[in-house]
Amino acid sequence: IKSTKKHCFGKLRLQKWYTATAERDKKKMVRELMQIVLARKPKMCSFLEWRDLKIVYKRYASLYFCCAIEEQDNELITLEVIHRFVELLDKYFGSVCELDIIFNFEKAYFILDEFLMGGEIQDTSKKSVLKAIEQADLLQEEDESPRSVLEEMGLA
Amino acid sequence: MPAVSKGDGMRGLAVFISDIRNCKSKEAEIKRINKELANIRSKFKGDKALDGYSKKKYVCKLLFIFLLGHDIDFGHMEAVNLLSSNKYTEKQIGYLFISVLVNSNSELIRLINNAIKNDLSSRNPTFMCLALHCIANVGSREMAEAFASEIPRILVAGDTMDSVKQSAALCLLRLYKTSPDLVLMGEWTSRVVHLLNDQHMGVVTAAISLITCLSQKNPDEFKTCVSLAVSRLSRIVSSASTDLQDYTYYFVPAPWLSCKLLRLLQCYPPPEDGAVKGRLVECLETILNKAQEPPKSKKVQHSNAKNAILFEAISLIIHYDSEPNLLVRACNQLGQFLQHRETNLRYLALESMCTLASSEFSHEAVKTHIETVINALKTERDVSVRQRAADLLYAMCDRSNAKQIVAEMLSYLETADYSIREEMVLKVAILAEKYAVDYSWYVDTILNLIRIAGDYVSEEVWYRVIQIVINRDDVQGYAAKTVFEALQAPACHENMVKVGGYILGEFGNLIAGDPRSSPLVQFNLLHSKFHLCSVPTRALLLSAYIKFINLFPETKATIQEVLRCDSQIRNSDVELQQRAVEYLKLSSIASTDVLATVLEEMPPFPERESSILAKLKKKKGPGAVSVTELEDSKREGGELNGGGDRGQDTATMAASNASTPSPSADLLGIRSTAPLGAAPASAGSLLVDVFSEAGPTAPSAAVNDDGFLRFVCKNNGVLFENQLLQIGIKSEYRQNLGRMYLFYGNKTSVQFASFTTTVSCPGELQSQLNVQTKPVEPLVEGGAQIQQVLNIECLTDFSDAPLLNIKFRYGGALQNLTLKLPVTINKFFQPTEMTSHDFFQRWKQLSQPQQEAQKIFKANNSMDTEVLKAKLLGLGTALLDNVDPNPENYVCAGVIQTKSQQVGCLLRLEPNAQAQVQHTDSPERVSHNYSSIPNFLHYLSPYSVNI
Repeated sequence: IKSTKKHCFGKLRLQKWYTATAERDKKKMVRELMQIVLARKPKMCSFLEWRDLKIVYKRYASLYFCCAIEEQDNELITLEVIHRFVELLDKYFGSVCELDIIFNFEKAYFILDEFLMGGEIQDTSKKSVLKAIEQADLLQEEDESPRSVLEEMGLA
Repeated sequence: MPAVSKGDGMRGLAVFISDIRNCKSKEAEIKRINKELANIRSKFKGDKALDGYSKKKYVCKLLFIFLLGHDIDFGHMEAVNLLSSNKYTEKQIGYLFISVLVNSNSELIRLINNAIKNDLSSRNPTFMCLALHCIANVGSREMAEAFASEIPRILVAGDTMDSVKQSAALCLLRLYKTSPDLVLMGEWTSRVVHLLNDQHMGVVTAAISLITCLSQKNPDEFKTCVSLAVSRLSRIVSSASTDLQDYTYYFVPAPWLSCKLLRLLQCYPPPEDGAVKGRLVECLETILNKAQEPPKSKKVQHSNAKNAILFEAISLIIHYDSEPNLLVRACNQLGQFLQHRETNLRYLALESMCTLASSEFSHEAVKTHIETVINALKTERDVSVRQRAADLLYAMCDRSNAKQIVAEMLSYLETADYSIREEMVLKVAILAEKYAVDYSWYVDTILNLIRIAGDYVSEEVWYRVIQIVINRDDVQGYAAKTVFEALQAPACHENMVKVGGYILGEFGNLIAGDPRSSPLVQFNLLHSKFHLCSVPTRALLLSAYIKFINLFPETKATIQEVLRCDSQIRNSDVELQQRAVEYLKLSSIASTDVLATVLEEMPPFPERESSILAKLKKKKGPGAVSVTELEDSKREGGELNGGGDRGQDTATMAASNASTPSPSADLLGIRSTAPLGAAPASAGSLLVDVFSEAGPTAPSAAVNDDGFLRFVCKNNGVLFENQLLQIGIKSEYRQNLGRMYLFYGNKTSVQFASFTTTVSCPGELQSQLNVQTKPVEPLVEGGAQIQQVLNIECLTDFSDAPLLNIKFRYGGALQNLTLKLPVTINKFFQPTEMTSHDFFQRWKQLSQPQQEAQKIFKANNSMDTEVLKAKLLGLGTALLDNVDPNPENYVCAGVIQTKSQQVGCLLRLEPNAQAQVQHTDSPERVSHNYSSIPNFLHYLSPYSVNI
């Protein structure tokens, strides 16, 4: 898997690149891909060839999830990678919606990182991935509970 | 848990995000962002030390702004500070920022590496994982250098937590992909392979990605993984759907791991050990059997996971290509999918069957699905599925079904999507040629192709039909008849006119016996299309006309009439005008014998790979300009220089075959009034040189050194060529301005990365010449070509040449190349005509020493009049006839245009043939006191020495 990203009707919400790519090229590729993917109709197949890569995408409500994979990679299993990621988000946020991803973008990144690393699956077990995130949240709780007063001050 | 996650910290961030979301316009958003950036900047710069929480919050805001698509140029330092925090969330945000936004600022990398090192040795698994993630996300060489030796140890250590092992495996994989030379497995190899046996499925899943990649590169060292993989696979395949607990996905046991195991096995040939092989075949059979079982769930996830394994198993079966039974079963399974209601499955079945078609065991089985595939081509609603169907038809085509398949593809072409038409055309053309039993069918097919999809028929396709017709005399008469009929259509495609013009010009005589296609009828038919055609086609038609005069003397008067009319002989297009003039002259002064020799039938082309096939191979990657087009542009260059060749059509053909006498050599002879049939070989050599550059057989060696000098007298051609790269030049100059197009062609199939070119003017040239250009794209795909435009302004006289430096990565290696760009002072010559009287008067005025330069040099080759003339014209001056009393001498005049001044320049070349020598020559006079003109002679003299 070279990269995953998701976006909604022309706005990129989350992107992750697993190969070194110049910022300018990234923007160009994202623009190009959005055009292609958004133009596709519901019944069309979820795979398309693009440059020397294959794009696997799936739509969940207003969000499109896309992965760019290489020639010899397995398309169907990639589709399920997307689904598993959505399940993880769903489980974590509790019925995930676009706003969750916008407001907690850093969490979405952490979940993605726990699930995929360097473009390969790190663990396919929902439990293991969520356990890792939960642990992190517990640590966060410990960190933050005594801080809430300061936090308000920092804001004021 | 959701409550935990949503409510956590950083309210400021949430407020900021809602602010942004409430912005009504892009401008408002930018304003809000700029305000926030200013705020953050002042906080970071402020005297008060920020606490970790604030730092985290601001860094997070920056990250959000970046993700909205804005550039962030500060905050890196604060993020790095967060890394050394012992608060988990601060560290985490720090790492996230680094992962998303790091640039290769070496100073920072050192600090980041330090933080990572601390976390890796912290023995806190959560911190270790964060650090490993960061390495994997950044994956830079500096990081590989720092950690490549440390990570394998973490990976195999007995006391490492499972989650850390998983991260370590994938982190190592990432480093291996970016810097394979730094990741040395050596002693760790066998322990890494044994991770396949690990208790923890997550560890196996992560480790197998690493092992697969390592096996691809070093199959021998890792080959023990085969038997381990087979037994692991066997255990998964035979397990019940609930055995693997959380690793069962919608009732499918460990689909990701199964796919990866099957993929790993595809790095190796079938196992030699009989027992292992037996077990594997059993697995594959089980997987095929399961496909027939009723689904355990109606969910698409269940069938996707199951079929993902099935397709991967089929890939392995195809890879082995040794089990006829399995291959046929695979084919039947795919056949079922061809009619499945899921578009995805139909797509994948078509794709997978394409590879099956090339196996001798399953080719016949694939062919049985032809009707279904044809139906898919006609009825699929998604163009990418139709494309797969077309690919499969192409792959399953053989002699037995070629006529059916080609007919279907042709009829599909009438309605095909624009995006795939060109490729379809190429495929039809290739199949028609490859499986042609009788060539009349081939000719019909190609002409149909032009009729149906003329716009998408590339040059290669019609070149090829002409090559084949010329090489096979049994089809020539038929071709002439068919093309004649095709041209009767009131509106026919220009490509049809090209083929028609060429074929009737060569073989029109074969159908001239029939009064319905008598020579005059043929000519009138062709000429009726003339005015609707573009310049290159008209040029081709003019060539066809002169061939008519040779073939059918009775058409001579009519055709001469046409050539003579003002719209031809005074055509504003130089090429057309020149052809009209030359052909008219040729037809009136040459004897019939000479005419017959000059316009002899084209010799057969050497058999070689179909140019269409080559084109199809290159077609991967739309948008990239193919190398063929580079050759085209070079060829045009050749024509500009060579002048009187017979046109693009013949040029292409002749270029491929430099050993056959080039027809263009003959025509040059005409121009020079030298004896006609005997065009001197040496005169030809100028053109042959030009041609050999265009031909695919051009020697690639040694252009580097003399590349520069060859361009003194010409503006177009190949400047440089080696195994990897070809650089072509086209340039044009007007007054003191010039424009140069550089074409960089990647000759390999691998992309060039970090491709950069720099043009520099060394030393004082900086103040003499102004060269401007834009940077090129950093990636040049394999087989692709990119173009760069240089704008050149000559400020004052100069003697050095600008330098072109090219750097790129090919594979891992950096290539570095510096060439002199052929910009010489004579490019800014404007030719000046003058009378003998004027010339000598000025010549005499220029008598001061610094206004004159003289050089005597020896000619390397025989001093052929035409070659010399061509070179002197190429220099940019006007060649003055009837000026010098001695007709042996050459006299030239021109004005060098620079921004600061104009410098007149007179030149005389006095060959001394007896001394074989050269005589000498060339006093060169300058109307102003102009110190650098002698430098100009430097250019002249080395070039002259080449004469």
